[in-house]
Amino acid sequence: MSRLLEVKGLETRFFTQDGVVHAVNGINYHLDEGETLAIVGESGCGKSVGVMSLLRLIPMPPGKVTAGQVWFGTGDDRKDLLKLSDDEIRQVRGNRIAMIFQDPMTSLNPVLTIGFQISEALMLHLGMDKEKARKRAVELLELVGIPRAAERLDDYPHQFSGGMRQRVMIAMGLSCNPQLLIADEPTTALDVTIQAQIADLVKRLRDEIGMAIIWITHDLGVVAGLADRVIVMYAGFIVEEAQVKELYGNPRHPYTIGLLGSLPRLDATREHRLSSIEGLPPDLIDLPKGCPFYARCNYRIEICATDNPRLEPVAPGHKVACHREVTRETPYTVEIEPAEVVA
Amino acid sequence: MTTFIVRRLLWMIPTLFAVALVTFIIMRSAPGGPWDTSAERRQVDASTQKSLNAYYGLDKPLWRQFVAYTIGDVNKKGTFVCGAICGNLGPSYRTRGRTVQDILFSPPADRPLWYSRFGYSIRLGLIALAFALIVGIPVGIIAALKHNSFADYVSLVIATIGISVPSFVMAIFMIVIFARWLGLVPVVPRTWDTITPWILPALVLGFGTMAFTARLTRTSMLEVIRQDYVRTARAKGLKERAVILRHMLKNALIPVVTILGPSLAGLVTGSFIIETMFGFPGMGRAYVQSIGQRDYSMIMGTTLIYAFLVALANLSVDLIYSFVDPRIRLE
Ligand SMILES: Nc1ncnc2c1ncn2[C@@H]1O[C@H](COP(=O)(O)OP(=O)(O)OP(=O)(O)O)[C@@H](O)[C@H]1O
Ligand SMILES: [Mg+2]
Repeated sequence: MSRLLEVKGLETRFFTQDGVVHAVNGINYHLDEGETLAIVGESGCGKSVGVMSLLRLIPMPPGKVTAGQVWFGTGDDRKDLLKLSDDEIRQVRGNRIAMIFQDPMTSLNPVLTIGFQISEALMLHLGMDKEKARKRAVELLELVGIPRAAERLDDYPHQFSGGMRQRVMIAMGLSCNPQLLIADEPTTALDVTIQAQIADLVKRLRDEIGMAIIWITHDLGVVAGLADRVIVMYAGFIVEEAQVKELYGNPRHPYTIGLLGSLPRLDATREHRLSSIEGLPPDLIDLPKGCPFYARCNYRIEICATDNPRLEPVAPGHKVACHREVTRETPYTVEIEPAEVVA
Repeated sequence: MTTFIVRRLLWMIPTLFAVALVTFIIMRSAPGGPWDTSAERRQVDASTQKSLNAYYGLDKPLWRQFVAYTIGDVNKKGTFVCGAICGNLGPSYRTRGRTVQDILFSPPADRPLWYSRFGYSIRLGLIALAFALIVGIPVGIIAALKHNSFADYVSLVIATIGISVPSFVMAIFMIVIFARWLGLVPVVPRTWDTITPWILPALVLGFGTMAFTARLTRTSMLEVIRQDYVRTARAKGLKERAVILRHMLKNALIPVVTILGPSLAGLVTGSFIIETMFGFPGMGRAYVQSIGQRDYSMIMGTTLIYAFLVALANLSVDLIYSFVDPRIRLE
């Protein structure tokens, strides 16, 4: 499999009235053709901003990609997306890289029919005429499992349920056979049974079409059955990266250990209680000098307060940004008090 | 849909009835009457007044007069004469020999309907509305797209002036500047058959609506700009122009479209000050005159026409709403 995407030193900031928001802080990762990469991390850690930066969809102002390279493509048409002209990046959007978003309720235009919204990209990128695009739209809706697809083409988004709308979004995303599908928390807004259906649908489509996927979520549970590799983000940094099995079996970053500890397990013994990570992530306007996880870390030592560790390999394909060699068995150095609840 | 319209039209009857009642009470509690005379006019003596009152039924009890006007009454020959409910707005007390509907809706000989007083007012209202939209919507869009820029502030200043300066004040300024100083348009035009005399009244009349439209468009555009579906549209690779025209505008104009009806109604019914100032031969000026003259049937009739227009405008809001926004369904 050859390299499809290579992100180097990506850095995105928001210049707001309150100060500079350090949303993404120099992240590096890569993705092979047909591979599925999950990006996990809690709310506000820069997952969405990180992937929207790839397609330069950051609202500007206040946002700006301040550094980095985004190499996309194989062989000769490998290009740095951040250097493309506006016209060129538009050729990539929706065509070679498609994106689907978190909230299917608001991500579709309420006053346009779904048939039109799907056809739009087909006409734009594949040069289809109206008739052809409509036909293809029906096929796509059938592909994502919408019953009576032909009849529903002229319906408006409000006539669909949440799960069905997300299927429409997926159909829209797949319409131009993208090489990469970026799914930004596509199931978070849906209820649990629908979440599983959507995840299964994407898995099936990936196997049929063979595109690469970046799947963003803050739910490690969804990731297990879907992803090949996982990136864990915290406060705009990548803190751990590993194959999915490795990450679940041998998490090495205190934050990942915390995340996995807060996940319900079927084989859990009674003593093995669900734990949660105490405290709050740091303010992205005023990042601490040392490790961003310092304040919440049970394993911290002195150096962590002053020095932010770099992401280093600890095993083949497994990288961690931590000063210590932490595993699940490592004893705590400090107990973090639960954050006081402010009434 | 049809039942919705029919129901709303039927609802207009009690509404108009209530409007008629309130107008009647206020009108009749104002001092004076249609036969009042001023010193410089020919006197109407008491016996003439009495016979006039008898002729027009003004000697009957008030409730009877109200019923006679709105629904109808039996005349001296014993036949039933239907009132406003049949479209009979009564004889004018001051313009002898003409009925109210005749004064408002009959054009001068050999002229089409839009040369009637009603037609003139509708035309002025439409031109003012066109001006308000053609200027207001683009100004609002640009202000939103160039949020917090110089253009945005300019539009804010214009809008603030438009919303806060009363139209008659603006009319005076306009007349002084364009008619007196620059001499571009006549102060009191001799004819309204050319375009030039319409410009100032339409501009003054439409300015407030223009300012309001610009503000409304800007606000709803700013709302739409940060919607998720706009991001979806960009992620599809659409050109910025397509994103704005196809995905933002239709959503942003929903609130604007819905105020079209009331705006037009407001412009047509709210033009009496402007009409009077510019000597415009429309319904509004006739209305103002009739109030001064206590021309009871004329006051009642014109008020009912205005109320009907407003009610119609409100109905149109709901219809247009369901048309532009597929989420709204009428039943
Ligand atoms: N337009 C903006 N202006 C200022 N700050 C922004 C803007 N958009 C995002 N941010 C900031 O960037 C940071 C990262 O946001 P991002 O949306 O990427 O989080 P996320 O990891 O996707 O979270 P979630 O799971 O809630 O979607 C947040 O702290 C957010 O406050
Ligand atoms: Mg997000």
